[in-house]
Amino acid sequence: MTNTNKPDVKIAVRNLNFFYDNKQALFDNTLDIVANKVTAFIGPSGCGKSTHIRCYNRMFSLYKGHRGEGEILFDGENILDPKVPELQLRHRVGMIFQKPTPFPMTVYDNIAYGLRLHGNYPQSELDDRVEKALRDGALWNEVKDSLQKPGTALSGGQQQRLCIARAIAVQPEVILMDEPCSALDPIATAKIEELIDELKKKFTIVIVTHSMQQAARVSDYTAYFYLGKLIEYDDTQVIFTSPQNQKTEDYITGRFG
Amino acid sequence: MSEHTIKRYEDELNELKETVLSMGSLVEKAVRRSMKSLMEQDAKRARKVIERDRAINSLEVQVDEMTRNLLALRQPAAGDLRFIITTIKIVTDLERSGDLAEAIAEAMLQSEDHPLTHTDSLHNLADKAILQLQQALDCFARGDAELAMSIIDSDKKINTLFKSLQRENLTYMMEDHRQITSGLLAYSIGKNLERIGDHAVNIAEMVVYMVRGQDVRHTNFKKAAALVAEDEQAKP
Repeated sequence: MTNTNKPDVKIAVRNLNFFYDNKQALFDNTLDIVANKVTAFIGPSGCGKSTHIRCYNRMFSLYKGHRGEGEILFDGENILDPKVPELQLRHRVGMIFQKPTPFPMTVYDNIAYGLRLHGNYPQSELDDRVEKALRDGALWNEVKDSLQKPGTALSGGQQQRLCIARAIAVQPEVILMDEPCSALDPIATAKIEELIDELKKKFTIVIVTHSMQQAARVSDYTAYFYLGKLIEYDDTQVIFTSPQNQKTEDYITGRFG
Repeated sequence: MSEHTIKRYEDELNELKETVLSMGSLVEKAVRRSMKSLMEQDAKRARKVIERDRAINSLEVQVDEMTRNLLALRQPAAGDLRFIITTIKIVTDLERSGDLAEAIAEAMLQSEDHPLTHTDSLHNLADKAILQLQQALDCFARGDAELAMSIIDSDKKINTLFKSLQRENLTYMMEDHRQITSGLLAYSIGKNLERIGDHAVNIAEMVVYMVRGQDVRHTNFKKAAALVAEDEQAKP
């Protein structure tokens, strides 16, 4: 990386290899995710970028035969180690998906759900925390009078911000976003991007996106993946103005395939 | 380098490059012709140079429009972005060089009444300036950063030639005051040629940026050369 100050590393990935049964999907990925910055993963479909971030909260352990090898050091602790409890890990690492996934319950309960799971708060504190999460999720002004309406009645962009609010309500340290805007219109996308910029003050954010322009707009660092390998990782500014690797150059200038 | 998936984008970039190069070739011709008109006292040729500057100006406008559209519609990145930024910058250097050729042609028309007596140094300077310009266009066309660095380096020679031309003319003027008008004319033509050399250097500096992604403007030559060499080694 070109920045001279040694950045504060939140997640240090070392020689991460990943297998779907016998098929290897990631090859020796090594990189540092910097705290309170936005890191974008780009690359063509099937390049391993989603597979890679799904290792950060061990999402793969839901499926038999999926396994990760190497180290993912979260504040120094290897979270690939099965001894690290999954629930605790997923509390620390929130995730947002491509399609908004509000629970079939009210706006209020969508946020309160995780809070009730993780702690036993008196009603007044629960109310405060729900409001705070919705405010931080840049949704409060739009839903404050309809907290008892079903979450699924919101627009797509609002649903996605509801999911972000739900994720940040339990105060994770890292937020993973897998194509968070691909189902949204440009205005809803801009709102999420503005929100990401706000959220990085409190959280470390890793975003997978197919939109290179989005990676350029929102991220501080960009990693380019191809065929399961990390090809280049640098300041976003460097990647988009003078990448060092010809493969990266070909991809971001549209010379791919 | 492989081609863009979107064929029209590829075509637009090629067309931009060709337009800049044809503008460059018009400018190069204008400088050559203006000098020839001066040396051969050919007023007709000088007027043609002045007239043809309009074509250069209209190509500048055309290039500006193409780059505007590419930026707005294609969101270029990396090498494409650097190429487009380079064209935006060098088109100004080319247009100014065209104006300087026009100024030389105008000086020729003035010199009809006061023919230049000592033209060897001017000739020499013109050859160097034209070569610089021609090489600057070559290195842009080929994406040749090494040639670009050599252009930046050899600008010193032009400056030295211009300084000696200055001294020489001063001597002539002091010896014979009837030479003052033609001496001043030779001085201003020399200055124009020296500035054409500077524009060639600007173009070369942008070519280094285009090829290597490094800004070598306003750095001393040694430092810039070291940067470029370092970058060459770092390439995977």
